Amino acid sequence: MKKYDASKKWTGPTRPYDLIKEATVAFVVVALLSIGLAALFSSPDEKAVTLQSWSQAAPADFVQTASGELAGSTISGQYGPPYNTAADGQQLGPIKVAKFMGVRIPINTANDFVIKPLGTLNDPVTNTAIARWNAADAKTQSGWATAYTDALTKASTAVTIADTNDKYGPVPTLVTSLYAMAKSGALDGALTTSDSPLPTNFTKPLLFLADSGSYFPGLADAQHLSGDQWGVMNETGSWPGQSWLWLYSLWYQVDPFKSSGNADILVMSLMGLLSLGFVLIPILPILHRIPERIPIHRIIWRDWYRSERKNS
Amino acid sequence: MVFSLFNLNHPAHYISVGSISVSPGNLVMVVMAFVLFGLALALPFPGHKSDKNGKE
Amino acid sequence: MSSSSDNSKMWTVRVRKATLEKFEPEDLLPDTQPAYVSSWIYVFGVLTIAAFLMLIVSGLILTLEGPAWWHTSKYGHFINSLHLWNVELFFLFMVVHLWGKFWMAAWRGKRTMTWVTGCVAFFASIFTGFTGYLIQTNFDSQWIATQAKDGFNAVGIGAYFNALNTGQALLIHVSLLPIALGVIVVAHVILVRKKGVVPPIESSL
Repeated sequence: MKKYDASKKWTGPTRPYDLIKEATVAFVVVALLSIGLAALFSSPDEKAVTLQSWSQAAPADFVQTASGELAGSTISGQYGPPYNTAADGQQLGPIKVAKFMGVRIPINTANDFVIKPLGTLNDPVTNTAIARWNAADAKTQSGWATAYTDALTKASTAVTIADTNDKYGPVPTLVTSLYAMAKSGALDGALTTSDSPLPTNFTKPLLFLADSGSYFPGLADAQHLSGDQWGVMNETGSWPGQSWLWLYSLWYQVDPFKSSGNADILVMSLMGLLSLGFVLIPILPILHRIPERIPIHRIIWRDWYRSERKNS
Repeated sequence: MVFSLFNLNHPAHYISVGSISVSPGNLVMVVMAFVLFGLALALPFPGHKSDKNGKE
Repeated sequence: MSSSSDNSKMWTVRVRKATLEKFEPEDLLPDTQPAYVSSWIYVFGVLTIAAFLMLIVSGLILTLEGPAWWHTSKYGHFINSLHLWNVELFFLFMVVHLWGKFWMAAWRGKRTMTWVTGCVAFFASIFTGFTGYLIQTNFDSQWIATQAKDGFNAVGIGAYFNALNTGQALLIHVSLLPIALGVIVVAHVILVRKKGVVPPIESSL
């Protein structure tokens, strides 16, 4: 049986085909279908979290995080590039891509999330605490803040710890002041407008929010959005999410990725490789032969094969 | 503020099999993809017999 | 009128001639198709494009009213729902189209670039969808942004594609990616029209 040269223009039997009509019908079908789905099922809209709503809903979690920002012990504080040099960032074998790219969005959690916003209050008590903080060396600052964070974490529901021995320096005042600022809504404003009076970049408030030990991750967990819940695929409520991200999600559920500190770079690299392989299927050995070996095409073109047999 | 005939504004009852956990919504979409593929292959296509109007 | 040989070296004439040679109108807008195009699997490409057009239409309405409109307006919420469900349909039809093209080995006969542009369109669509989820200005977008930043930071591009920068995500989603995706899809469709629909495996004539 002579094989047809698939690269040549088709000179065999044809039939009439109304391309514009097909496109129009397709558009009308999809328009009606999507209008129907939108009317029947609507779409989710879980209200955004603010530093105000967080501090009001979970005061202990907020003050623990605030104290941690002063100590530089939060996720952001310990992140590494692109925010700071506290860590090297993730690595792929010996390659430290993030470290190579460097600190491009400098964030000092103590200054950016606590001291500078508090400075906008013009409150004498807070200003005294700020002055004392700024006058101390880094080691003293770290000692105060780490001890206060540990005490708050141990107390678990407290929003302030009494400091009879001046063990925590100005930190309790700073944290209490920040907590009050957050509850009033002023901290959202101060952090959001810190770089620009008419902001569209929410890096600082979002990083602060993401440092939440339990409140913010807890909200996500309740909606099955966490990484270990296939969260990348999911939507809030009962709506369908992003099922096309199934393979990207999958790796985070299995080892070695699940328990690796380099999970993100490992998964991104693996998906990059698989995506490249996908694009190159036409030239990859074995893969490009699969459709011929598993003949689903016999069903697709059954009418044509039947007519070929009739004519031969 | 969700106006719809069917209210999906509640936590989904996730379906778990081993370490696989999928939302009913996503499962419906995935099943629909297979169903549509199967139907596209199985359903007879009109107009293949004649040279009259081609499709749809 | 000057003779064509005087103008033949003009850039305009050269581009016009090359374009008309490469893209004959009968190829771009045919009125026949090969007889082997006889399966419902063939409608999933045009269904994907239809969903893409609906995304542009609903997206333009959202653009006119701004990114926060849908939180406070029930008409806005409906348009947002329309946009979201068209995303689901877009990927649903695209995936079925992809499966069909794989099992047809549609890259045969020098159609590798058709497959490649299709795959690139798939990945570009995923990234476009991702930036869309980032600009919802609600809890979901906050969570997605703070999670996704780790992936971008890990591979060193987090400072350039800052998931926490809603303004950047908005501009990328509304201008850069629709244009890029549009160009890729147009290239893909032109390739299909130029090369013709791939003939059946082991066909003979």
